[in-house]
Amino acid sequence: MTWSRKPKPTVAAHLKRCGVPRRDFLQFCTQLMVAAPWGLAITEKATAAEVAREIGQARRPSVIWLHFQDCTGCSETLLRTSKPDLADLILHVISLDYHETLMAACGHQAEAALSQAVRNNAGKFVLVVEGSIPTKDQGIYMKLAGRPALNVLQDVAAQAGAIIAIGSCASWGGIPSADPNPTGAVGVDEIIRNKPVINLPGCPPNPYTLLGVVFQYARKGTLPELDELHRPKFAYDRVIHDHCPRRAHFDAGRFVMQYGDEGHRHGWCLYKLGCKGPDTHAGCSTRHFNEIPDVWPIGIGAPCIGCTEKHLAFRVPLFEQVPIHDATPPDTYPPVHTTTGSISAPGVAVVSVIGGALGGAAWVAARRFRSEEETASIIKANLQSSQKDNPNEEVR
Amino acid sequence: MELTRREALLGVVSRCVPVAAALAVPAAEAAEETPSQPKAPVGMLYDATLCIGCKACVVACAEANDLPRDVSLDGLHQAPEDLNAFTKNIIKLYKPTDNSPDSFVKQQCMHCLDPACVAACPFKALWKNDANGLVAWEPSRCIGCRYCEIACPYHVPKFEWDRINPKIVKCELCRPRLAKGYEPACTSVCPTHAVIFGPREDLLHKAKERIEQSPNKYFENRVYGEHEAGGTQVLYLSHVPFEDIGLPSLGTEPIPARLKWQKRIYKFLALPLLMYAVLASVMKKNWIDHRKEMLEEERRTGLRPQL
Repeated sequence: MTWSRKPKPTVAAHLKRCGVPRRDFLQFCTQLMVAAPWGLAITEKATAAEVAREIGQARRPSVIWLHFQDCTGCSETLLRTSKPDLADLILHVISLDYHETLMAACGHQAEAALSQAVRNNAGKFVLVVEGSIPTKDQGIYMKLAGRPALNVLQDVAAQAGAIIAIGSCASWGGIPSADPNPTGAVGVDEIIRNKPVINLPGCPPNPYTLLGVVFQYARKGTLPELDELHRPKFAYDRVIHDHCPRRAHFDAGRFVMQYGDEGHRHGWCLYKLGCKGPDTHAGCSTRHFNEIPDVWPIGIGAPCIGCTEKHLAFRVPLFEQVPIHDATPPDTYPPVHTTTGSISAPGVAVVSVIGGALGGAAWVAARRFRSEEETASIIKANLQSSQKDNPNEEVR
Repeated sequence: MELTRREALLGVVSRCVPVAAALAVPAAEAAEETPSQPKAPVGMLYDATLCIGCKACVVACAEANDLPRDVSLDGLHQAPEDLNAFTKNIIKLYKPTDNSPDSFVKQQCMHCLDPACVAACPFKALWKNDANGLVAWEPSRCIGCRYCEIACPYHVPKFEWDRINPKIVKCELCRPRLAKGYEPACTSVCPTHAVIFGPREDLLHKAKERIEQSPNKYFENRVYGEHEAGGTQVLYLSHVPFEDIGLPSLGTEPIPARLKWQKRIYKFLALPLLMYAVLASVMKKNWIDHRKEMLEEERRTGLRPQL
């Protein structure tokens, strides 16, 4: 492997030299436009051809990919992307200079590759971090070449041009940080505080979001607008529930009550199984995975776990229902009541009987009280008898 | 049988209040015998044949009026059963059991030309705008007596049952939006223009044009609200009988005109206050009589009475 200090060729020149069909590249650009319908300068164009021209002029961005406490699922989502396929991605579009799972080198050779890649592209490369970083006990729970992951990240990030945390683990800890968090796992932005970190949460996230951010940086040197959780707004502005293909079933009140029941087979709403869609911001419901329609959790009948939200996935139990923040009308209607205020004959009869009974009871009760004259005579009688008994008692 | 000065004063006051109130009511009433007609009444025209029941107006109304979503039905949907403290506008469905045509109906304040609620309101918390004729509501004057709720023939004003200091909730045809130059939220979002906003005269004209163009389409070929109870500023066209979609037959006479003396005796809560005053004076009288009796008894027997 030789490392040149020459600037990388543009994407267009490289694709031409390698004989990649223009049609494939245009298809890739179309996918990118779908993934970033707004908020990304390179895709805010009228046609895929314009996007292709824009990306074609970019120098192939150098990407260094670090793995920490992860399952490699985020890499897998890139591998399973069919347009462009993996070979295209690595060799033609981006320059993936270091990736532990995909590189041929190992051991000392791999370490040398990392240091060389960092040195050659210092200040320019895009650092992609996958997996959370253990911080407990000085980070001894994960080591690369004898050094804690914590230190490796700090060293490489110091040289990086842009830092992207891919997946929920790198964004804020993910599965390794779930209670009781034995390794003290945290996300990248807990450790790298002097540089902006772009979070691409998801388990896994959509790979086109990553490519969009990388190309934006390579072409314009800028980063997309971020929300309060440092997620790119162009990819995380939508609420799953608002764009869900099963939304009609929610509005009609047709819910799956149990896995495999009739509603589940008919593709009804998964809310009552604990679907976190109403509280989750992500583009999954409109940008499915692997460019295959309906390949995403809800599409295959599994409730959303809210993996793009810090407070949901791996924090809230799977079957717990989330509150509906912005309730909308169902597709049922209240009936017109035209009979309000009418008085029916049986009703009048019942009320009259009850009223009469109460009145009669009151009258009978009243008769039982002693009359005023009776009371007065009793008092007088008592008075006289008491004076007779105690004739010497002083009058009070 | 002596009256203390305190007792004498109380007796005088308790008897004078009802008399004063009874005298004050007709005086206050005389000033507002006939409400002046608004200069340029605006309103809405709802055409039930165009409504598709999308409920965009229901959501827009709740948003524009900052109303909390009424999710009391299932905790998931904004699904009010009727107009209520959280719902100023609602779409209902009339679905007959036989095969006769069904219809949606939008319900909100009708903004009557001579409103019963305004006549019933004891403290003028409800009032009719002189310029555009809309029935507005002033929260600082509302005491939550619910007179308007009972007076309204369309069951529009609703009571805030879940509040400690409850008041009334009612459509004001988006008064703040109109003041800013926007049209009401419900008309602005209607995708089929089933409900439109404009001057009442124009809307009436438009409605009659529609009836002329399709003579067999509309029920009785007439506009509901043109003459009903003196006329309303919200007009309805429908292909099903108006009574079926909750619009009652009210005749042409305004409701306040029918309630000549009733509306007076409730102004400034006169009748209830009068009743309480009479009760209080009776109680006072009984109390004084009883006390006199006790003093008499004490003087006669030389002992303090036991009762």
